[in-house]
Amino acid sequence: MDLCYTEAEEAFRDELRSWLKGVLPDVGPPPTDHTDLKARRAYDTQWQRILYEAGYAGIHWPAEFGGRGSTPTEHLIFLEETERAGAPYVGVNFVGQLHAGPTLIAEATPDQQRTHLAPILRGDHVWCQGFSEPGSGSDLASLTTRAFDDGDHYVVTGQKIWTSFAQVADYCELLVRTDPDVPKHRGITWLIMPMDLPGIEIRPIVTALGASEFAEMFLDEVRIPKVNRVGDHNDGWRVTMVTFAFERGTAFIGEIIASQRLLADLAKVAQKVTRGSARAADDKGIRRELGRLEAELDALWSLTKRNVSQAQRTGMVGPGGSVFKLAYADVRKRMSDLAEQILGRAGLAIGDTLDLSELDHVGERLYTLTLTIAAGTSEIQRNIVGERLLGLPKDR
Amino acid sequence: MDFELNEDQEALAEGVAALCEGRFDIETVRLMATDGLDRGRWTELAQTGVFSLTRPETDGGLGMGWAEAVVVFEQLGRALVPGPLVATTLTAALVGLADTTTIVETSGLDATEIGEGAAEGSIVVGALQRCDGPCFVEFAGWVDGLVISDDEGLWWVEAEWLKAANAARAAHPLDPLTPVSVVSELPQGRRIADRNTAIIWRQCGALLTSALQLGIAAGATDLAVEYAKQREQFGKPIGAFQAVKHRCADMITRVEVLRAAVYAAAVTVDGKGVDDPSRCVAVAKVLASSAAAACGKDAVQVHGGMGYTWEVDAHLYLKRAWVHDLAFGDGDEYAEQLAGGLLSG
Repeated sequence: MDLCYTEAEEAFRDELRSWLKGVLPDVGPPPTDHTDLKARRAYDTQWQRILYEAGYAGIHWPAEFGGRGSTPTEHLIFLEETERAGAPYVGVNFVGQLHAGPTLIAEATPDQQRTHLAPILRGDHVWCQGFSEPGSGSDLASLTTRAFDDGDHYVVTGQKIWTSFAQVADYCELLVRTDPDVPKHRGITWLIMPMDLPGIEIRPIVTALGASEFAEMFLDEVRIPKVNRVGDHNDGWRVTMVTFAFERGTAFIGEIIASQRLLADLAKVAQKVTRGSARAADDKGIRRELGRLEAELDALWSLTKRNVSQAQRTGMVGPGGSVFKLAYADVRKRMSDLAEQILGRAGLAIGDTLDLSELDHVGERLYTLTLTIAAGTSEIQRNIVGERLLGLPKDR
Repeated sequence: MDFELNEDQEALAEGVAALCEGRFDIETVRLMATDGLDRGRWTELAQTGVFSLTRPETDGGLGMGWAEAVVVFEQLGRALVPGPLVATTLTAALVGLADTTTIVETSGLDATEIGEGAAEGSIVVGALQRCDGPCFVEFAGWVDGLVISDDEGLWWVEAEWLKAANAARAAHPLDPLTPVSVVSELPQGRRIADRNTAIIWRQCGALLTSALQLGIAAGATDLAVEYAKQREQFGKPIGAFQAVKHRCADMITRVEVLRAAVYAAAVTVDGKGVDDPSRCVAVAKVLASSAAAACGKDAVQVHGGMGYTWEVDAHLYLKRAWVHDLAFGDGDEYAEQLAGGLLSG
């Protein structure tokens, strides 16, 4: 058991660092207008193209599909270093890189793979995810967006929600109900939906943060060619689950590094904010909570390395991912509480804290509300941990 | 990087778990509450090499790393094995090292013998951080010597003084398996090691204590989960109810985060990490203090009314967790240390 990196891993890190140092000054900062999704797409896909040309695109994808075929540890180093260097976030490329792409690698036909994988890696195609529905959140398999068989097409009608970047996406990984008369997991089909088909209407969702990349997607008799089906008719649930086998414990690495930066910045803010004659940093309660949160983040970074090591050995992470997500969401919410305590009335405006900080601690406070909801609520994660890790009985 | 136990470490954990199951089952451990420290069992523990783990091979020890020690102490914590395990192990590992010989000579003590005795189990050693005023001393009537650590080094207090202290033994210690005496003042003692050794002593003491706390957190979680699977109310096992299931999920979450922290600290102290060892140990102790007590409380809660009885073991985990929180620096102390690092950065 160790936490040392091998010579090859260190060489990979050094090479990546010097490449980032050379390339980042030309990339510039991300667009400031959060509502301008076209600008966001242009910025994020430009970065993807740069990664592609340098051989870093699809770092964890197998080499035979155009990826770099890196080990989980190299993947960890890549995510750590790009975040530390302040490189652009995966952004609009998220679904293509981390979800649809890996699904296509595992389940698509060679033709589908030829059509889609390379454009995802190059940043030419942006994907979005059409899974959740207004009536199907945690109980995803209850989805009702209906696909009728019409010769060589599926005709799809229904409503999807939380479809990030739908407004600027080229393709959608879409789950549809193809058989309502069988148990819910057995009547679902996975489709590739081109976003320029007639019958797709997109409405943005405004979040509690005020702006959003989220959207609702209304589908009205959208005709999707059957050649766009991935996996068999009614086998879409299995196809969806296969994607999770790609998870190697790396999902939150960028977030952990960013959280450490946020906490360090909060410590600086605590030295600037005064209450009467004392600084917030002189308050023992605030100091101790800073120290405890530093400890929690450090432990989560270690837990990440444990999960990645496990993935490196066995190829899987299992419920360790749920354990991590539960703990991480909790720590970030405590960081938000501490930020609130430190900022006091300077916390009454988003993104403007009297020059106390470059970072937006107030916006983060709102963002952390999503951490116990998105990608499986904490309640669902606790069910997973309780049932799969501890073997507690299901309540059914 | 391979941050998982290797085969030898896994075998070590299994071996110690089997030892505890066979020789330190909970019934035996509970009996020790009335008998104090069973020296026969202590010697048996010593013979398995527990106290020699990190003692250099040149001194007849096993010369293993702190990672191996942590793996062993996790199991000892889980089994609630009582006694000053940490202090005795540290004495075997640290006292009598080459760089302390000058001090040892002037104090007229044979630290080599003390170290050897600790490793073999013939000498049991307690530990305390120096404090002003009235002081609570653990196992005063059972240990052969007490090591007091302060800013200047380590100090040895002999059995004579401890015998007197034992007379002031509290009738009802918080943890029935950890007797305490209340003394008005600590003696100075005789200096047996320098300042640097005292720093390492405290660091490794906090590390091993964190490992015991990890074992306590894990043991309390297992106890609660097993009960939640068996206990039925409203016609089904209580673990099927989300209110109980989610509490159990939170318990194991704390355990896994803590385990990552404790193992990370251990390999870093062994020089197989990239971070500062002192910082990593602080991280482990902060998390250990909160996680062990929280899991102990949750184990009581999952057991309902039975959790508050003497008969069910849940309270023993919780009480030991509270005892360990205060050993080698409490959670608040290390949180302050980490905050200091952040605020100066």
